[in-house]
Formats: sequence, structure tokens, C-alpha cells
Amino acid sequence: MKNVKTLNRSASLIKRAVGAGCGECQASCQSACKTSCTVANQKCARLTKKTDK
Amino acid sequence: MTSCVHTFKCCGQRVALDVPSGAVHVLSEIAYEILQRIAPPLEPECPTSLRYQLAKYESSDVAEAYGELYALYKEGLLFSEDQEYKMPPTGVVKSMCLHVSHDCNMRCRYCFAGAGGYTRDRKLMSLEVGKKALDFLFEKSGNIHNLEVDMFGGEPLLNFDVVRELVAYGRARERELGKKIAFTITTNGALLDDETIDFINAEFSNVVLSIDGRKEVNDRMRTFVDGSGTYDAILPKFKKLVERRGERDWYVRGTFTRENLDFASDVIALADAGFDQISVEPVVLDESDPLAIRSEDLPRIFKEYERLAREMIRRYREGRPFNFFHFMVDLDDGPCVYKRCKGCGSGSEYVAVTPDGDIFPCHQFVEFMPMKMGNVLDGTFDKDLQKKFAEHGIMTNPVCRECWAKYFCGGGCAANNYKYNGAVNTPYEITCELERKRVECALAIKAAIAQYEEQNSK
Ligand code: SF4
Ligand code: SF4
Repeated sequence: MKNVKTLNRSASLIKRAVGAGCGECQASCQSACKTSCTVANQKCARLTKKTDK
Repeated sequence: MTSCVHTFKCCGQRVALDVPSGAVHVLSEIAYEILQRIAPPLEPECPTSLRYQLAKYESSDVAEAYGELYALYKEGLLFSEDQEYKMPPTGVVKSMCLHVSHDCNMRCRYCFAGAGGYTRDRKLMSLEVGKKALDFLFEKSGNIHNLEVDMFGGEPLLNFDVVRELVAYGRARERELGKKIAFTITTNGALLDDETIDFINAEFSNVVLSIDGRKEVNDRMRTFVDGSGTYDAILPKFKKLVERRGERDWYVRGTFTRENLDFASDVIALADAGFDQISVEPVVLDESDPLAIRSEDLPRIFKEYERLAREMIRRYREGRPFNFFHFMVDLDDGPCVYKRCKGCGSGSEYVAVTPDGDIFPCHQFVEFMPMKMGNVLDGTFDKDLQKKFAEHGIMTNPVCRECWAKYFCGGGCAANNYKYNGAVNTPYEITCELERKRVECALAIKAAIAQYEEQNSK
């Protein structure tokens, strides 16, 4: 498309709700902040396992 | 629930985020202008009124851009419907911040832990309390396999023998129970030597190294007990640890205050010192403290975040990228939507345990006695309070529900909310504004990089 480039066409939070919520992922404040919340920089434990070398 | 598209400009990029689907679109000028003027439901034909409003562009160009936006709308990637995500509280605790030392060998001016002692006496955690805390975690973790324990303080290396024994104890019990603990540690570095470095690198899946950036900034804030600066003492140790660390996670982590609102220079100084995994965060202090961030500082801080984002884009193009924790975002995968809704999990899935064995909702709540949840020695644990904390999240919070950044933020910091607004569930506006700006910068970086890669591949 000329006017719009979609960065994540395949991603949809709505689709990712199916079968999700296993609770195996890291608590966000444990990673590197300890003073504030952000969840979007966390990894999904299931997806990481699949892609980990 | 409503649908919402957030459009913004940042770092020379025009971006639209479709909040419910998480789709991120980089826009031409015309598409950006159109998005300011349309709302769902969209008609297949470009409205005549739009062509009038945007008469400065060729009518056919407006129609073409509209057509592209309409196609995304039909695909569910623009003006998509938001949904209700509900997950009943599980009662599981899976992460723990273990305050192995309420004592510190530094006197950092902004320390929320009050030189390690929090509001009480300085104290080290005994091995017995530590073991009981790990037992509590194993017991409360239900069917969850992946557990986390962060060795925290004060300065945890002041109690290194106990740390080492607790790791051994955790390893033995995890085998017995078929679980896995990811140990992490946050250290000021003063006591790092070859032995501790090798132990940390072998056993800890993440390590957070506290340093503030430029030497003069670090040494003004982070001093030894005698008031002397710590930079020269810790830098070589951090470098050594990182060199020997291999592929495992680590971060250098600094704090900025009102005294260094030009903190992008500190992030860049850390990158120039050879660190490429960096986190530098706003200080958490009572508004009355002279170092605390005030709302009048926000425009300045926004500019700084943007300056940092531009520098990161530049360095990416030059082939020497670095990561800034709060600009990291995985647009394709990332956490599932439930994680995004429940946020940090403090007081529900995540707790902190003090040297006395007291349980608090998280490290930032430690020694706020009304928030004490129980004690690992006497086996008490306030399940009602845990349930209340489990309700904290974006779906239960009217302010968060309407916020475009909600699926990135997760509902803010319960501790900040409690400290500043007196309620776990009332977002603290300054941190919200910062969070939203960081998300914009993160998306703008993604947009700029995608553009660069596309040009490069031609
Ligand atoms: S930025 Fe503030 S309002 Fe938005 S989701 Fe986070 S805490 Fe809630
Ligand atoms: S309440 Fe705040 S400090 Fe505590 S775990 Fe949550 S985000 Fe982190």
C-alpha cells in the first residue's frame, strides 16, 4: 500500500486471546525496572520456548 | 466496549495504533490527515465531505488513501472492536522478591529503601527465613512450572553466603517438585569479585546492575557511606561481569531525577561505555522531595525520550544498536492479552518477603504496615487482600479502560498509585503520561527501523 504500512499484519491481540493466559511468563517488575509497570516488553513463555535455540 | 485508534507524530514518523487489535500502521501525510477526520462505521466510498476538508490534496489521492484505510478497517486492523477479557483470580503466587539484605554499603540519595533499611533497622535475612520463603513460593505456586526469585535489598551481596545457600536449596527443591526457579539479582556492584561474578553468571538468569550513566551524575547520587562517588569502583566490575556473561540476560539500570532531566545523555553514556542493554527510569519519591519528578517537568522529559529515540534510530542505522528497556516492544508476539490486562501481578502472583519473613504485595510496598499480607514463619497469608490485588488491572479500572496505551502498560504501578493517590487502583497521572510517551517512542522506533530496512532491501 502507498499510504499505509502495517508493521504487524499477522498480530492481533484478539486472536492471541485464544488459549492464552497460562501464567508461565515472567512477572514484569522482575526484569529490569522495579519501579514501574510495562507489559509490552515482556516475552510470552510459550513462544520463547518454541523459538529458543 | 468502544473502538479506539490513537494517531500521533514522533521522531518524524506518523503512526496509528489500533488499540484493540494492537495493529500498528505507519501513515503518509494524507492518511494521517484522513484519520483525524473519520470515525466508524466507515463507508466503502470516500465521503465527499472528506475531499472538501482535504482540498489541498488531489481528490484522487485522498480517495486512494481512504481506500487503503477502509481495507484495513474491513480486515479488523483499524477501528476494531475492543473486547472484555476476564480471568478469575487463581490464588497462585509464582514470583518473589526476596529482601535478603535490608542493609546497604551505599547511600544513594534517592533510594526508596532508605539506605537499605526501609523504615526499620538494618538487617540481613537469615537462611531459615529464606528457606521458609522459598517453601512458601513452592507451596503457593500451584500448577505453575516457571517460578522467579529476585535477590534484592538493600544490597544482596552483603548477604552473599545466604544467597548462595538459598540458590542451592531452591535447586534441590525444584528438582524434587518438578519446577524451575529463574533466579535474578539486583546489585550495586561494590562487592562483585571473580567468585561472585562467576556464581551470578552460572546461576542467575538475569542480573540488574545499578549505575546512573554519566560519571558526574552517578557520583552525585550514588555514593559510598563516606560520601565518595562509586562510578570508578563499579564500572570495571560491571564490564567484567557482562564480558563473561555470554548469552544470558542482564541490564545496567539507572535512575533519573529532577537533577538530570537531560537523562538521554546518561543512557547514551552507558551505551558509549560499552553496555547495550540499558534501563534508566524516573525516580520514585514523594512529591515533596526536591529530587521527585513534577508535572511541570513532563514536557522536558518527553523531549528527552524523543531525543533518546532519535539517537537509537541513528545508531541502529550505523550498525551499533542498543536496547532501552522501556522502548522494547515485540509487536508480533509479545505477551498474551491476559498478561496485558493484569499487569505486574503485585500482591497476587508476585510478593516481596523481608528479613523478618513479612510478606508484602511487592518490593515497593515493603514496610507499609497496612499492606502486610502475612509472614512466612507463622504461615499467615491474607487471601482476601491477595484477591483484591488480583482485581487490579486494566479491565477493572475505568481510567485504564479508556486509555489507548493500556495493552502496553498493563494498568500501571499499584505501589505508585497507593503512595501518591492513596488507592491501588487510581492511576498516578505523571507515570501514566511518561508511560504513554515511552510507548509512542517505542512505536516510532519500530516505524523508523521498518522504513530503513525496506529501503535497504531495495
Ligand atoms: S498509562 Fe495509566 S491509565 Fe493508561 S493503562 Fe497505564 S496506568 Fe492505566
Ligand atoms: S506495584 Fe509497581 S513496583 Fe510493585 S510490582 Fe507492580 S509495577 Fe512493580
